[in-house]
Amino acid sequence: MSVPPAGTPPAGLAAQPSVGSGGPRWWERTRRFCRRWWRRRGAVTRLLRRRWRRSLQIRVVATTVLLGLVVVFAVGNFLLAQIGSGLVDSRRKAAENEGASLFQTATKFVRGYANSDPGQMATDLVLTLQGPPDSPLRLVILLAPQSAKGPVPVQNRASPAVPAGVVATIIPPALRQQVNRDQNHQSSTNIRYPKADDLGGPTVPAVAVGSMIDLGPSAGGNYELYFIYRLDREVQILELVQQTFLIGGALLVLLVGAVAFVVTRQVVAPVRQAASTAEELASGHLDRRMKVRGDDDLARLGRAFNEMAESLERQIHRLEELSRVQRQFVSDVSHELRTPLTTIRMAGEVMYEARSSFEPALARSAELLQAQLDRFELLLSDLLEVSRFDAGAAVLEAEPVDVREVVSRVVDGLGPLAERRGCPVLTRLPLVPCLAEIDPRRVERIVRNLVGNAIEHGESQPVEILVAADALAVAVSVRDHGVGLHEDELSLVFNRFWRADPARARSTGGTGLGLAIALEDAHLHEGWLDVWGRPGKGACFRLTLPRRAGIVLTASPLPLVPDDAGPAWARTPWSGDGRPGPAALPLPPELTDADGHLGPGGVA
Amino acid sequence: MRGRVLVVDDDTALAEMLGIVLRGEGFEPVFCADGSGALEAFRSTRPDLVLLDLMLPGRDGIEVCRMIRSESGVPIVMLTAKSDTVDVVLGLESGADDYVVKPFKPKELVARVRARLRRSDEPAPEQLDIGDLTIDVAGHSVRRDGQVIPLTPLEFDLLVALARKPWQVFTREVLLEQVWGYRHAADTRLVNVHVQRLRSKIERDPEKPEIVITVRGVGYKAGPA
Repeated sequence: MSVPPAGTPPAGLAAQPSVGSGGPRWWERTRRFCRRWWRRRGAVTRLLRRRWRRSLQIRVVATTVLLGLVVVFAVGNFLLAQIGSGLVDSRRKAAENEGASLFQTATKFVRGYANSDPGQMATDLVLTLQGPPDSPLRLVILLAPQSAKGPVPVQNRASPAVPAGVVATIIPPALRQQVNRDQNHQSSTNIRYPKADDLGGPTVPAVAVGSMIDLGPSAGGNYELYFIYRLDREVQILELVQQTFLIGGALLVLLVGAVAFVVTRQVVAPVRQAASTAEELASGHLDRRMKVRGDDDLARLGRAFNEMAESLERQIHRLEELSRVQRQFVSDVSHELRTPLTTIRMAGEVMYEARSSFEPALARSAELLQAQLDRFELLLSDLLEVSRFDAGAAVLEAEPVDVREVVSRVVDGLGPLAERRGCPVLTRLPLVPCLAEIDPRRVERIVRNLVGNAIEHGESQPVEILVAADALAVAVSVRDHGVGLHEDELSLVFNRFWRADPARARSTGGTGLGLAIALEDAHLHEGWLDVWGRPGKGACFRLTLPRRAGIVLTASPLPLVPDDAGPAWARTPWSGDGRPGPAALPLPPELTDADGHLGPGGVA
Repeated sequence: MRGRVLVVDDDTALAEMLGIVLRGEGFEPVFCADGSGALEAFRSTRPDLVLLDLMLPGRDGIEVCRMIRSESGVPIVMLTAKSDTVDVVLGLESGADDYVVKPFKPKELVARVRARLRRSDEPAPEQLDIGDLTIDVAGHSVRRDGQVIPLTPLEFDLLVALARKPWQVFTREVLLEQVWGYRHAADTRLVNVHVQRLRSKIERDPEKPEIVITVRGVGYKAGPA
């Protein structure tokens, strides 16, 4: 058993993952980064699209750069083509001139040649014409004429720099035909010449000049002589020009983009400032203004904007002041009216209590006084309530309340009235609490109003009250089986001082403001108050309240149109907002239980 | 039941009418027509109950209420022309036990006055313990560690109502009926404000009540949650 010495690294160290596994670290990181972005490409595209849509500046800069690129590309291409063809043309002209003198030199050379071996003469001719052997000025090719039948004394010759494989093929057939046809003149054309000995490889442009030459009787007469000038220098120049164009174009596009950026920035910045100032104004900071500098169009925009803000602020302050004055007035009227009314009321009450000791006319007067004081008081408090709504002074005091308790309390309180009218009130409450954050005083007032109306117009038929709740809302519906309402009356019931039947309604008391106030109360809760009715079938009022502030109602836990309502065309409900009642749309059956109530999961 | 009622109201007609009604019900009304003389009238007449108009010349009814409360637990019923919550809550917070909104019916007013004057005659000696408080019902006193905590009669009644049945949750409605003598009323402001006032006196930390607990959506109960 040997214990490893202290200095030996533990065996586990060797198993540690090496840093470079699968490539260097930066590469791994880049790959991970790319993969992450690729996974999120949907989000990235969305982000970019949003940026594109939202930023005028990005759009302007991008389109300017794009247009700049197109223009630079087109102009650059055109210039390059022009310069290229100009270079080639001038070189070709020079080549032709040189060729002409070279052909004369060649003819002289042949005439003055002493040796009678035509093959040697051809070789010497080519070497002489190509210039200095170590740096030939041109390439020379000597070909047997196309017209020759059978073997000729001189085989094809070429400068040593010409690869053997291309000697017979490098001259295009068209040029050769031209040379053969027009034997007294030289011809020329542009060709592509292999850059290196590699025949399949890249080529450079070149100019070929050709003509017939008479090598004398021993050689068998005419041969085709060609000079090839490679345009390497011209290609180099062209490449340099191209590079310069690329760099210049890129710089130009960048410059254009930068100019667009700066210019749009100058225009967009005040617009953005205006937008943010407008947002701040809209969110209630009425004292916000734009900074205005100079005297240009943008400054005018800023000044106009500030003037608008100024006038808005003035108007709003004026309205606020009006509202405050109105509220104060209502409060004062309330107080000033109520104190004497209290005294009158108490005096009336005292007389009413003592009416048995009065003579009949006085006693009746005391009774009438008493009854009308009740009405007057009701009317006064309703009027004050309405004016409080109109002044925007009504505030919601919400707290968690079980709506069932509110309904029970109302039904208990209205028991004596129902009894007097001989009208049974049937209440169906859920077994579980229907908690909602509501203002109990207001909701009780709404329900009392609905139930009171139902009892008064119910013609001693039963009044049915239903309460239901789902995840988002609680609802109370009150149904009577009285004379009912005409379709054209549905839109009127919430109007102030509207009465179903002007001829008889006075006897039932009520101020004519009850439903108008109920509707305002429902709206204060962001809730709905809908009505359905049909002559002879009674009416149904439904109150739907969100369980918490902020919930936007989309459906009610209770149907508005009763099952016994008859055919669908007669089911038109009406909401207090003047919109067609949502209950007019049949709910899909899977969302409702047997009673037509929305199931707990039924609300999207 | 005879009781002296101080009527503080600047409207002479209403004050006179109140006098007629109260006298008819067997009370003994005394009058004061402005706020600045109210405290003096209170001290000189030692009434069993104060009827206080909130809108007074001279001194604001709210302030009068606060000053009376600072030297006495006498029941105070406000007469208010405004049913706006801000006004009512302000009145209740300054120490009023109850309020009547103008225009009220004489019966309603008399019922309120009676309810405030109704003290159980010679209650049986009874001691209640709730949290670290000891309540002597007959002696109308609440002690913590032997130290007396001064409560107004109404606050005392509220605490006793809750402490008699610890663990039972009282709805505001039930409390209104038991303590204030209302029927079929849902004036949660009255209960809420007085629970706050009571807590500020008896709780060690009114922000984290341990004696009067709120049961969300239902009401209040005495004792730890």
